[in-house]
Amino acid sequence: MQSIAAKRSALSWVVNFSVIAIVLVWLFPTTGLFVSSFRTADQITSSGWWSSLTTQEKQNAPIRIGGEETEADGLFVIEGRLFEAEDVLVRAWGTSSRRPNEFAPGDTTELTKDRTLTVQEDGSYRFTAAVSQEGERLPRVFTSASTPPEFTTDNYETMLFDEGSSDSMGKAFMNTFIVTIPATVIPILFAAFAAYALAWMQFPGRAILIAAVVALLVVPLQLALIPLLKFHNQIGIGKGYLGIWFAHTGFGLPLAIYLLRNYMVSLPKDIIENARVDGATDFQIFTRIILPLSFPALASFAIFQFLWVWNDLLVARVFLIDSSGQTTVMTNHIVELLGTRGGNWEILATAAFVSIVVPLCVFFFMQKYLVRGLLAGSVK
Amino acid sequence: MRESIASRGYTTKQVIRDVPVSDSGEIMSPLIQGILTIIIGVGGCVAYFYLSNLFLDKVLFPARGANIGRNINRANAIRPWLFLFPAFAALSLYLAYPVVETLRLSLQDRDQANAFVGLANYQQMLNEPKFWEALKNNMLWLLVVPAASTALGLLIAQLTDRLSWGNIAKSIIFMPMAISFVGAAVIWKLVYEARPEGTEQIGVLNAIYIYFGGTEPNVWLTIPFWNNFFLMVVLIWIQTGFAMVILSAALRGIPEETVEAAVVDGANPFQIFFKIKVPQITSTIVVVWTTITITVLKVFDIVFAMTNGQWETQVLANYMFDKLFRANDWGVGSAAAMIIMLLVSPILVWNVINARREMR
Repeated sequence: MQSIAAKRSALSWVVNFSVIAIVLVWLFPTTGLFVSSFRTADQITSSGWWSSLTTQEKQNAPIRIGGEETEADGLFVIEGRLFEAEDVLVRAWGTSSRRPNEFAPGDTTELTKDRTLTVQEDGSYRFTAAVSQEGERLPRVFTSASTPPEFTTDNYETMLFDEGSSDSMGKAFMNTFIVTIPATVIPILFAAFAAYALAWMQFPGRAILIAAVVALLVVPLQLALIPLLKFHNQIGIGKGYLGIWFAHTGFGLPLAIYLLRNYMVSLPKDIIENARVDGATDFQIFTRIILPLSFPALASFAIFQFLWVWNDLLVARVFLIDSSGQTTVMTNHIVELLGTRGGNWEILATAAFVSIVVPLCVFFFMQKYLVRGLLAGSVK
Repeated sequence: MRESIASRGYTTKQVIRDVPVSDSGEIMSPLIQGILTIIIGVGGCVAYFYLSNLFLDKVLFPARGANIGRNINRANAIRPWLFLFPAFAALSLYLAYPVVETLRLSLQDRDQANAFVGLANYQQMLNEPKFWEALKNNMLWLLVVPAASTALGLLIAQLTDRLSWGNIAKSIIFMPMAISFVGAAVIWKLVYEARPEGTEQIGVLNAIYIYFGGTEPNVWLTIPFWNNFFLMVVLIWIQTGFAMVILSAALRGIPEETVEAAVVDGANPFQIFFKIKVPQITSTIVVVWTTITITVLKVFDIVFAMTNGQWETQVLANYMFDKLFRANDWGVGSAAAMIIMLLVSPILVWNVINARREMR
């Protein structure tokens, strides 16, 4: 008996550890982007984001000393600090690239021409010379120092609020909202009425229509691009918000009808029949009984559609974005940044994070409905 | 207006872009347009349903007079179509008609005044090496991504099943579902980032590679053939959560007795998993597999954002986009879209058959 218990707990340890490992692997890439968006360009390019979380011991690039010269006791003295940041601690320093860690903090070294240099642990230095150093090249200091984690919100300020910057996400953020809200709200009502008819009304051809909805669920929207763009141009709306709202409404409808019908069918039959007996019309049954009861399914679809429209690139590029540059959405803006600012990770990381923060909030707050919708839409 | 733009430090290019903008209400106007569209859309929809019902019941077939019974029956026969009309009109226009229209376009040549050219577009496409590259890569995606996502999803669903903190773990693994493909592309580009040899690597993959004795950093996305897998990882990372959620629910639905009986018979955990649990959720596994397969067939954003089909990573959806909007060749573009449709259709038929069987 004991051995079985021991085996059990061993297995449970293995399970716990492997799940922790998987979760860490899954989180790692996103965390990297998140952390990077709070670092300066220099920090990002000089070290991996994972090393920014802890105090780092590293060899710094040489820093040339400089500053105001003062005269004291017949010596010309220059004092200052090597680092702007407060908490940097110098571990070792030197004045030549061949021996960058020659001295310990606090040491004083004799340089040529009667000059001396002292570097303290906190990065402050004192340079003395027998003659004025006006116009002379002052020595460089090599340091190896431990730097504590350091983060900034500057990237977000530039990306969101700096109107003058062409990288700014402000407009794209706004546009994404303008595209998403109507494209989420409009299909719901369309679909709800149709779903009710398919679930609770008797008429010939019902089965075929349901089959058609199931078939249209998987039609790749790639097929719709050219014919609809042609159509939009013909009826005169061309590329624009109206076009993209229509397109998203059309593309979202099969899932909406399918989800809502499946949910409505499962509602208790008695309620509807009692209402019918009491003389309620179909319209009343729908608005007073079915619609309120279907709230969970409506919420599921709303979340799906919101995430899908918010995250969409293809439909926006085809139906919305024209050459004026006024109608970009965030996904498109990021793709453009990837082209023009390929190496500027502080910009890319911040832009990407701005675009995913809204869906992430929706996701974490409404996860229950999302999962419910997924299950209703797939396990059948 | 112009001076104020210039003084704010806009570049020339932007000033040119900004000039056609008439006034400062430009940013607000789509917003108002949006609110109006919601009001008109929703209000119009409600009004349509309400008024058409009213018209049907009070004017066309009033439930009074000599033919009251006949009128009520007629009204009830027509009503479903009133309910269905807006949604199915939109569906036909936005999904059904394009399928036919794309087929027609794929048989025409735009440069020859839309003349019917038979299968010439398909022929031209089949002669392009880029098309075969896209098709080959798509097949690779189809083999790897659904299998990997489903397997990983099933594994995680099983592992987290009895865990006290299983729900937290699941919600973290599910999280990438909320992230756009473009966002995911940026996230993973940072993982694959390569810096010149000798400098510190900021992409974690190269950092690990160097740490374990690699000499020079690899630019992962430019290594032909293998770069496909680096792109696939992004989609697997996103889709595993989906597979996990659904399979986890299916595992929960397995009758306890079957598992208990196996435990009593002395089956070990692996046997219970593979011989008792998996066979009972096969149909769900198939559903997950096919759903991910459809996602894979349409995959566009990831390739578009990360490599844009360079370095032999082309896929059909991106090939099609290239043809349509860069080469401006609607004929071949439509032909490529029809190939995607062709690949999807077995699943489409299978779904329809299943749905019909369930309704009986």
